[in-house]
Amino acid sequence: MITIERLTKRYDDDVVVDDVSLEIAEGAIVAVVGASGSGKTTLLRMINRMVEPTSGRVLIAGEDTRATAPHLLRRSIGYAIQGHGLFPHRTIAENVATTPKLLGWDKARIEARVDELLSLFGLEPAIYGPRRPHQLSGGQQQRVGVARALAAFPRVLLMDEPFGALDPIVRAKAQADLRAIQRKLGVTVVLVTHDMDEATSLADRIAIMERGRLVQEATPVEVLTHPATQFAADMFGADERPFRLLSLKSVADLTQPGEAGGEPIAADADRREALAALLWSGRAAAPVTGAGGERLGIVTLARLVEAAAAKAR
Amino acid sequence: MKAAAWTLRLLTLALLAVYLIRPETFAAALAPLAPAGAPAVYTQSSVLELAAIHVAIAAVATVLATAAALALAVFATRPAGSAFLPLFRSVANAGQTFPPVAVLAIAVPSVGFGEAPTLIALTLYGVLPVFENALSGIEGVSPAVLDAARGAGLSPRQELLEVELPLALPAILSGVRLSAVIALSTATIGSTVAARTLGEVVIAGLATNNLAYIVQGAAAIAALTVLISDALGALERWAARRAGRG
Repeated sequence: MITIERLTKRYDDDVVVDDVSLEIAEGAIVAVVGASGSGKTTLLRMINRMVEPTSGRVLIAGEDTRATAPHLLRRSIGYAIQGHGLFPHRTIAENVATTPKLLGWDKARIEARVDELLSLFGLEPAIYGPRRPHQLSGGQQQRVGVARALAAFPRVLLMDEPFGALDPIVRAKAQADLRAIQRKLGVTVVLVTHDMDEATSLADRIAIMERGRLVQEATPVEVLTHPATQFAADMFGADERPFRLLSLKSVADLTQPGEAGGEPIAADADRREALAALLWSGRAAAPVTGAGGERLGIVTLARLVEAAAAKAR
Repeated sequence: MKAAAWTLRLLTLALLAVYLIRPETFAAALAPLAPAGAPAVYTQSSVLELAAIHVAIAAVATVLATAAALALAVFATRPAGSAFLPLFRSVANAGQTFPPVAVLAIAVPSVGFGEAPTLIALTLYGVLPVFENALSGIEGVSPAVLDAARGAGLSPRQELLEVELPLALPAILSGVRLSAVIALSTATIGSTVAARTLGEVVIAGLATNNLAYIVQGAAAIAALTVLISDALGALERWAARRAGRG
């Protein structure tokens, strides 16, 4: 869907993005991670030409982004940023309608789309549509920001730390919503973040930037178990790696026959949750139940501990 | 509180209207201030006409100053014009450092006596407040909002007209109000170069040592200025609410 070819951005002698090539599959969520100053935001902003590359090119669905005027190109690419950037002088409905209006949609179609998106993000259109951004909570503003980015059916959604300003509980909810909505709409998402939890839980693939260079691009499991550089390994934190690894898969395929007592664990719960539940209740095993509450077997502490080891893969 | 403010406004307006339409109403009240045998009320020309010219000169000067200041501020905040920002700032500041009388004195030899030199002086004077306020208004628009506007696909022109200027409007209007107040009060001095403004009444009073003239002229100018500033202030608050800050 997105092909980044030898993209470089230089400010005078300062190379911010250095010869990055990256292929992003249609419908994927790719998290671009790295320390501040690693060039991840610049890389993202070169995709919709908010920053013009010094050399290299970007293709979206096979088409060179330089073939279209920047502001016209951006109407086909969603863009959501930290601090949402909602227009304070416009209502929520007008904010969401920004790009459709620029594209000259008729009024009825815009209204229908705004209502659809606000409902999708759990904001009752009749109540929230006429409000101003300052009348909403931070989490609601952020959702409107993403709704605005998605309004004109973009093929690609670019997000720059979209959840950075939210408190942890609201952030977790926003991430889950994004995942669900992305699956529903099938839009390709490029997400810049420095939150490794966010990257591992949301992304299909993680691209790690280090001093302007792309040092690794792989699935979360690969990045965790086989980091390409010391920096990539450090990003996850040595004390957290096993737990992150556990959080990537569900307990379903660790389930074995047997009997155990106590509170059951759902088969689709992730392994980290299961480990936490066992440790907290002081049990060596717990029953596993399916979606309908039926017994599937048990999961043991031993199996979970084994699965947390990098060489287990 | 609100009721008191409205009473005061309406009372000021009523007194001003009565004075401008029938100045002789105040003859008895002003008589103690006039020298013996001299008239208490200025009747050499219609004060209503003088007030109209006074407001018209100030309005034209404010509109011209606003247009010039906005053009400068918009240009200075575009990527192509940012290099000119310090220059514009110092030019606008320099305009403010000349005393108005000096500008009048310089303007008279080139454009003659009358309203024209006054208009030039007032326009030069009005540029700086609008320019500075427009600059801070435009520069005060949140970078995240501008980033989002560009990201949503607004062209540079749409970004200016639909995001930057509407959000800077309260600040711009605050500059316009300042500019208008300066113009209304400075138009008074225009009478020294034969511009027909309410300053004529004050100057006639000074020339003939008639305190009644001075008081009625000054009071009328003050009332006019306060009322107009008040109205522009209300407009400013309305714009601030619209810009989402209320």
